[in-house]
Parts: sequence; C-alpha cells; structure tokens
Amino acid sequence: MNIETIKTRLAGGELDARAVAERALGAAEELNETLGAFLQIDRAGALARAGELDADRGASPARALNSVPVAVKDNICVRGLQASSGSAILRDYYPPYNATVIERLRAAGTIILGKTNCDEFAMGSSNENSAYGPVRNPWDTKRVPGGSSGGSAAAVAARIVPIALGSDTGGSVRQPASLCGIVGVKPTYGRVSRYGLAAFGSSLDQIGVFATNTTDAALALSVIAGRDPRDATTADVAVPDYVSQLTGEMQGARIGVPRELFGEGLDADVRASVLAAIETYRALGAEVVDVELPHAKYAIAVYYIIATAEASSNLARYDGVRYGCRAEESRTLREMYRRTREEGFGVEVKRRIMLGTYVLSSGYYDAYYLKAQKVRALLKQDFARAFERCDAIITPTTPTTAFLLGEKTDDPLAMYLNDVYTVTANLAGIPGISVPCGLSQTNLPIGMQLLGAHWSESTLFRFAHAYERAQPFDARPSVMAKGEA
Amino acid sequence: MPITESDIEKIAALAQLELTDEERRALTPQIASIVNYVEQLNELDTSAAEPALGGLTGEGARTDAAREDAPLPSLGQTLALDQAPDPAAGHFRVPKVL
Repeated sequence: MNIETIKTRLAGGELDARAVAERALGAAEELNETLGAFLQIDRAGALARAGELDADRGASPARALNSVPVAVKDNICVRGLQASSGSAILRDYYPPYNATVIERLRAAGTIILGKTNCDEFAMGSSNENSAYGPVRNPWDTKRVPGGSSGGSAAAVAARIVPIALGSDTGGSVRQPASLCGIVGVKPTYGRVSRYGLAAFGSSLDQIGVFATNTTDAALALSVIAGRDPRDATTADVAVPDYVSQLTGEMQGARIGVPRELFGEGLDADVRASVLAAIETYRALGAEVVDVELPHAKYAIAVYYIIATAEASSNLARYDGVRYGCRAEESRTLREMYRRTREEGFGVEVKRRIMLGTYVLSSGYYDAYYLKAQKVRALLKQDFARAFERCDAIITPTTPTTAFLLGEKTDDPLAMYLNDVYTVTANLAGIPGISVPCGLSQTNLPIGMQLLGAHWSESTLFRFAHAYERAQPFDARPSVMAKGEA
Repeated sequence: MPITESDIEKIAALAQLELTDEERRALTPQIASIVNYVEQLNELDTSAAEPALGGLTGEGARTDAAREDAPLPSLGQTLALDQAPDPAAGHFRVPKVL
C-alpha cells in the first residue's frame, strides 16, 4: 500500500492503524529469512504506537503520515531500538535518544516498524559488509540490493513498508533504490538534520528517503526536512510543500545531458533505458541540452580521499570506553583500544580507516586531502556552470543492474566504481533522485538519476513525477509482501 | 613511492588498529592500488583552485548555527553510563593507562 491508499482506507474505515501495523509486521517477519532486510522488527513498539494512533482518531487524520509504517536504517538512532550501524562494535547498542528525523516522523503520525540492515557504518555498495549478513535483492535473491542502505531499499521494494529512511554519503540511497526498482532521494547538504545519524563522512552525509513512487518520497521529505538547532550544518532555508509541486508540467523545462558519462563502462541496457527516458522528456515538452562535467571522471578518486579521511576521524570514537563492545582482558588502555577496534570492525571499515589515516598522515595531507578538496571545488564549479544551462541533469544512477552476491567482494576498487554516477552529488552538496526507468533483458530494474542545483528538490520531484506519469513503472519484484500490488 | 607492509603497520598504529599478519598482507596491495588510483588527481593543475573546505552551500555558510549560550538539560549520569561496557561508581572504568 502506498501512502495515498493507507489514507483512503483509514478514512473509509476499512483499516485502522493496528491493521496497517499488523500487515507490515507480518510481511517483515515472513520475508526476513529470505531478504535479511531487518536487523530488528519492533512488533511490540509498532503495535503500541498503532494503539495510540487509533485511540487518538480525532487528531490523527490531520497528520501528514498518519499510520504510515516506516523502516529505519540501523545507523539512525531510535530510542528503545538497537543501533548497530551494521557493525559488531555496536552489537546490542541501544541509543538513549531519538534522531531529529525520528522525532519529526513520529510527530507526523508514523509507526516505526524496525531497523534495517546496512553495510557496516554505511561503507559499501552491496550490503555485503554488514556484520549481520547480507541483504538480498527482492527481484533476484542471488543478487545484491545495493548499498549501503540495502535493507531499507529491499523493505520498500518488497512492499513491506511504503517508505524508509537511509543515509547517502556517496550514493547509499540512490544506488540501492536503482538496483531495487524504487525511488530514492538524496537531499541537498544541509536540508535534513543528521542529529542521531552515526557519522561517516561529515561533509558528505545526508539522510534520504526511499518510496515506491515520487509522491510518497516528496511527502516524506517534506516531513523530515528543515533547519534543526541540534545539527549546525542544517541551513536556514524554507522547505516548500514538495507534493504541491507535482504538476506534471515539463513545458520549457531544460534537461542537461552530460554525454561523457554515457560512454565506457556503462551497461548497454542501462544506457538504452536512460536515453529512452531523455526522449520521454523531449516528448513531454522539455528542451534537452548538452552539458559538460569535465571533472566528473575524477569524482571517485576525490571521494575516496575525502570520505575515508573523514571516516578515519569520525570512527575514532569507537574505542570501547563509553558504549559499544570492548575487548576482554586487556592489560593497558592502548591495548584495549586496539583489540576492541580489531575485533569490532569489519574488513572494509578497517580498509577505509587505514586509507583515511594514510591520506591525512604527516607529509601527505597536501598531496591527497588538500588536492582532493581542490578538485572537489572544480567539480562544484562544473555543476554551477551546467545549471546555468539546464534545470536538472540526467544520468544513469548506476553503471549496471544488480550484480551477484560475492561478485565484487574481492576487488574493493571495482566495488567503489559502482558509485561513479552518484558520488558527484555528495561532493558538490547538490540533491539527487533515482527513479525506475525500465527493466534489463535479464528482468532487473534500471534507475535514472536527476541532479539539481542546491535546494532544487522541488524541481527534481516535479521532473521525476512527470516521467513517472508518462512511463509508469508497473513491474514488480519476485519477492513481495502478500496481497500487495 | 610504493606502500610496504611496514607502512601499513605504521598507519595501523596511528589508527589504533591491531592488524593480524593476514590482514596486513591483504591490505598492503589493496591500499597501494587505491592510492595509485587516486593519484590520477595529480594530472590536474589545481594551482588556481581554492579547496572546498566547508561552506558547501552559500545558504549553509550564512546560517547562524550558534545558539544562545545557556544551560540546557543533558543526558544525566545514569543514562550516559547506561551503555558503558564497564561502568563503576558513576565513572567509565578503563584498564590502566600506563
């Protein structure tokens, strides 16, 4: 059920909040063995919350997301639920507070269903780096759902929940959305509060949303967006009513195409689908213009310097002192730190901490970190110039469709190259959305990405929605909640 | 300059990681290959570029993020210690420092 259906059925008395919660819980429990999407399913909490909403029937319908079940990535704090971030070092960690996005979702009437599996500390593009096992793609369970927010993407794709939260540092919302055939939004840097999100790359991280359609994504972002005094990086910028912008109007809109990103390394089916989407926009009245992003080809290199440098600093807090696991029987403090981190972190997290420590180490700072920040500035400039000529840029979201579990685990660099289309938005701080735009010959979903100037989420939602109306994505995964269409 | 196992050992010490021999052997060529990849940035002339440190958006940079300097309620001792691996008498207990 999408949000509109839930609203209609509640209004018509066919369902109450408890029935909505029971349905979602049943689906989550039934499919979890197959998909591994949830690390914790909060049956008691979800039913108690539904009871509150049913008891408050007078006030509830006015809430934007009344009785909507939501799944939350495990690196976002929900009081009373675990927050392992997919890491063994935070096994059994129960945060004592709610993230701001959770407070806002609760105020809007949602039911938090549980916490979803993810790559450890959001580091990965396949969800295979979780300490708690992989997530499987609902379209083909031999394949990855993408990452790092793989559990949230799979839960929405399998229609267990209509919306879910993820975090996107280099594509961790858009890439799994694309691989799972759903909508994923990464907002402008500073749009959504990160208070209560486990930090990975602080100049890159944004919380984003997954939904089965653009309207639900727009509604969810309207609820969580906006300045938060508890996150100094949130900007004082008014949040528009995104849903009211979904007019379908494309006359006069300008879509930019960076042709150099449609070359080598791009799967033929993905290329054909995105090129077809460009033709759909043309048919809807948009003007298609060529744009250049000459520094985009350096984005992965820039990203893996900046993201790992920031991660090595952010992850220094996991030391076995204040929360999380601690290695037993260490004789000294230093030994305790090292053994705790050796036992608690997985291989990809160690690799990134090592790389980040290296690029920041004495004598190397200018050569790597400073150099990367300069190229980042050049990339930002590329986008600023491109957005003088167009309202949004279209690219594939990912170079290929979902790959097989284990296919890329031995080659970290090959795995990183999955993010080639998505990391640019995080580096430039701009918003991006991934929208399903077809199926491959192997029956796997393909996503296209729209990128916009800072704070242009309204435009991205309008363009995405116009496409969705013109080319509805009716295909469904093979693993899905019972009774869902 | 090629990255050696002894470089990896030094970096691990800086990062407070205690790698096994196997991990060190596996990580050395991987880190070397990633470093080699990121060094493609050297082909770019960035002498005229200002590094993008902070201020990703103009609006973010203009937002006054400082709040009034006034005491607010905090977690409190009980809750702050609630998740500690080894709390003792209102403190976080750790092994000896020296």
